[in-house]
Amino acid sequence: MQPITTIRPLQAAPPPAPPLTPTAKLKYLFIGLAGVGLWYALYSQLYRLAELLAFSLLGLKPGSHLGEAVLFFFYDTPKVLMLLTLIVFAVGIIRSFFTPERTRKFLAGKRESVGNVLAALLGIVTPFCSCSAVPLFIGFVTAGVPLGVTFSFLISAPMVNEIALVLLYGLLGWKVAAIYLGTGLLIAIVAGWTIGRLHMEHGIEDWVREMHLNAAQIPDEQLTWADRFGHGKTAVRDIVGKVWIYMIAGIAVGAGIHGFVPENFMAQIMGKEAWWSVPISVLIGIPMYSNAAGIVPIVEALLGKGAALGTVLAFMMSVIALSLPELVILRKVLKPRLIAVFIGVVGAGIMLVGYLFNSII
Amino acid sequence: MEIKVLGPGCAKCSEAEKIMRSAVDEAGVTATIDKISDFQQIAQHGVFSTPAVVIDGQIKCVGKVPSKSEALAWLKG
Repeated sequence: MQPITTIRPLQAAPPPAPPLTPTAKLKYLFIGLAGVGLWYALYSQLYRLAELLAFSLLGLKPGSHLGEAVLFFFYDTPKVLMLLTLIVFAVGIIRSFFTPERTRKFLAGKRESVGNVLAALLGIVTPFCSCSAVPLFIGFVTAGVPLGVTFSFLISAPMVNEIALVLLYGLLGWKVAAIYLGTGLLIAIVAGWTIGRLHMEHGIEDWVREMHLNAAQIPDEQLTWADRFGHGKTAVRDIVGKVWIYMIAGIAVGAGIHGFVPENFMAQIMGKEAWWSVPISVLIGIPMYSNAAGIVPIVEALLGKGAALGTVLAFMMSVIALSLPELVILRKVLKPRLIAVFIGVVGAGIMLVGYLFNSII
Repeated sequence: MEIKVLGPGCAKCSEAEKIMRSAVDEAGVTATIDKISDFQQIAQHGVFSTPAVVIDGQIKCVGKVPSKSEALAWLKG
């Protein structure tokens, strides 16, 4: 489960939003563009700064174990933090256009298959606190969102995580990031669809099914661009403020592996030839509950030492999408059989992704 | 005044409760504050994103921690 999410922007009795004048819109456009320009100017100089710091200032030797480890750390830390801040800010603004209430209304009564695709996509952009998974599940199911479609949403929301996406892009390049995004969505769509096909409605706890809910009257909020920028800022404060420490710890461990662990050390245990490493990675990942921020830098370092991409992706997905605390909470609304099916279907999907990438890359 | 803070018990939910308590103290109103963490009861309020604040049966906010000034405005309104 996603440990952190932006909170949704609903307010009761919203003050009527003054329509943005063209000049105000221009102002925000200008601030945005200037910000991105400044950001890019700094970002493009990071490698030179890191070299300066590691080799000129600290006097370490290029090519030495310690020198490489320190360079890696000085370069990756600011790079990843800058990328993260930018993306979290942008995602915060995008999420201000979505609320669970709107998503539910939109998905209610949607047919399966189309519904699964839409739910998986909305899972990425709809903000909700991780502990809301159960109330959200009840809300969706009682509003007539098909069970499989609800699962597509609940799988994609933690699985396709903007922090993981940013880190994969920053540390491993856009191809790996795209693979992660694509396969994460695919697993959410197919797993949800499969659960729908299995007609597991009897696997929902009886009290949930017997519940007749009146949708609460919650006023929709009108947001100005100033509000949306505010949401972006809150998201940066909440998310970057919380994960930076894990991220630096992750990068430090990664830097250690990078500088000191011999090449191909991981090939034996996490390489392509070790077919059993994929299911074992998934199994080890389930009880592990880490956020993407800490795990991706380690993933990068493992890959550099000969671990196979598919195995490492499977491990990462299992850590962030299937977590023991989440399963314990879901047990309140799902009977054990449905939980088992959920773990089985999602776990199988992750393993397939692992084998697929081990075989093609 | 009857205030309910709905939330299963994550950090955000307890923060919402804390803000409501300090807002009640600050506004000097008499109010009972209940923390409701039972999923069934939360759902019966028609709320499905938490934390949520309900005052005298009226839902004031869902899915976010209210700010102190928002909370004070509800108590006065």
